[in-house]
Amino acid sequence: MTALPTRKAEDWRYADLAALEKLWPLPDAEAVTVAAGDNFARAIINKGGVLRLSLTLEAGARGAVHVLNTADTYARIEIEVTLKEGADFTLGGVQLASGEQTAEIVTTVRHIEPNATSRQMIRSVAGGTSTASVLGKVYVAKGADGTDGSQSVRAMLLDRTAQANARPELEIYADDVKCAHGCAIGELDANGLFYLAARGIEPARAKALMLQAFIAAAFDGAGEEDNLTAAAQAALEALL
Amino acid sequence: MLQITNLHASVADKPILKGLNLTINAGEIHAIMGPNGAGKSTLGYTLGGRPGYEVTDGSANFDGQDLLALDPHERAAAGLFLGFQYPVEIPGVSNLQFLREALNSQRKFHDLPPLSGAEFIKLAREKAALLKMDMEMLKRPVNVGFSGGEKKRAEMVQMGILNPKLAILDETDSGLDIDALRICGEGINSIMRKPDKAVLLITHYQRLLDYVKPDFVHVLAAGRIIRTGGPELALELEEGGYEGVAA
Repeated sequence: MTALPTRKAEDWRYADLAALEKLWPLPDAEAVTVAAGDNFARAIINKGGVLRLSLTLEAGARGAVHVLNTADTYARIEIEVTLKEGADFTLGGVQLASGEQTAEIVTTVRHIEPNATSRQMIRSVAGGTSTASVLGKVYVAKGADGTDGSQSVRAMLLDRTAQANARPELEIYADDVKCAHGCAIGELDANGLFYLAARGIEPARAKALMLQAFIAAAFDGAGEEDNLTAAAQAALEALL
Repeated sequence: MLQITNLHASVADKPILKGLNLTINAGEIHAIMGPNGAGKSTLGYTLGGRPGYEVTDGSANFDGQDLLALDPHERAAAGLFLGFQYPVEIPGVSNLQFLREALNSQRKFHDLPPLSGAEFIKLAREKAALLKMDMEMLKRPVNVGFSGGEKKRAEMVQMGILNPKLAILDETDSGLDIDALRICGEGINSIMRKPDKAVLLITHYQRLLDYVKPDFVHVLAAGRIIRTGGPELALELEEGGYEGVAA
C-alpha cells in the first residue's frame, strides 16, 4: 500500500487518519515463520503508533501472541496469521483508550490447511471520547476441514461519549469447520460499583478493580502474564 | 450514634420515605419491621448512599457527622456497614482481595497504615471461622456461585473484618435455612453486640430476632415509623400481622 488509506477502506474505517498521516508510509510488517512443530510466543506492549506482525505457522507449530495496546493519540496493532496443517494460534489482547485516543487491533487469521485451531480474545476499555475497535477476520480456505477458530471480543465503555467497534468477519470455503465468534459492548455494573463503595473502596479504585477483572482473562496463560498484567494495571490507573 | 430526623427520600421521583424519625444509641439493637413496600430497603439504601435514592428533606446525623453529605465509601469509612438483601456478584475479584482493599481503604481514610498480607489473612481466618465459612470460599470471586445462605454468611464475614460502628442489615435472614440463620445470628451478636456499636435490623420476620434480641422494634408503614415498642412488639406482629398494628 502506497497511498494513505481513506475511511472507505474497511480496515481503516475507525482509524485516526490525521495521526496515521504522520506515520505514513508504514514500515513492512515483521515477518516470522515458525517451523513445523515449533513454538513461538510474543508479548507486545504498544505505546503508540502502528505495529504490524505477520506470522506463518508451519504444520503443527504453535503461536501465542499477547498484546497490550495503549497510546497518547493513536495505537494500532495488525496481526496476520497463516496456519498450516494442525497449527495452533492464540491471541490475547487488551486495549485501553481514554481522552481522544484511538486504539485498534486488526487481525486476519488464515486457516489454509486442515485441522488448525485459533483462539482470539480481546478486551477493550474506552473512556472519554476515545475509540477502541477490533476488526477480526477469519478466513478458512477450501479444503481446510477440521478448522476450529474462535473470536471473543468484549468492550467496556466508561463514558457514554466513548466508542467501541467490533467487527468479526468470517470467510469460509471449507465444509467441516467450527468458527465461533461473540462480541459484547457494555458498561461497568452500577450495582457492583455501589457494593464496592459500600465497603469503603474509593470510586476510582472500585472501577479499576472491576476493569482488572474484566481484562484479566485475555492474559491468562501468557508467558509474560505478570508483566502484561502489571503494565495493564498501571495504564488502567492512569486512565481513571 | 444515629439520629434520623424527618427523612424524606424518593426513588425515580416517587416519594418512599415520608418523614421518618429514628434515634439509635450506642449499645442498642433496633429492628425495623413492616409490610412489603413500606420503605424498609429504601431506608437502608438511602443511609448507604446508593445512587438513585434521593433525599428530598430531613437529616441523618451519624456520630456527629452529616451522613447524607458523605459519599458511599466515606460513609463506610465513617463506620457504617450496609448488609445487602441481595449481595452483588463481582466476577474476577476474589473475596480476599476485595476485603483487603476495602479494609485498607478504610484504614487509609483514618490515616492508619495498611494491614500486611499476613495480618490480614489472620484476621480473615478468624472472622471466617466465626461464621463457619471455609477460607477456600474466600479465595473465590465475590459472591459468584455462592448459595443464598453463603452470600449472607460472607456478608457477615465482611462485617467482622471491617468492624463497623453501625450495621444496617437489610433482610439478612432472607434465604437462610435454620442452621445458617443461627450462625448469622450468632455472628451478629459476637461482632456487633458491644457497648460502642449498634445494629439496625431490617426484617420481615420474627425468626432472626429469636437469635438477635432487639432492644427496640419499630413498625414502618408508608414511609414512616408508626409504632415503636420492645421485643414483644415483634411477637405481636407475628400473631396479628401488620394490619392489626397499623389499625
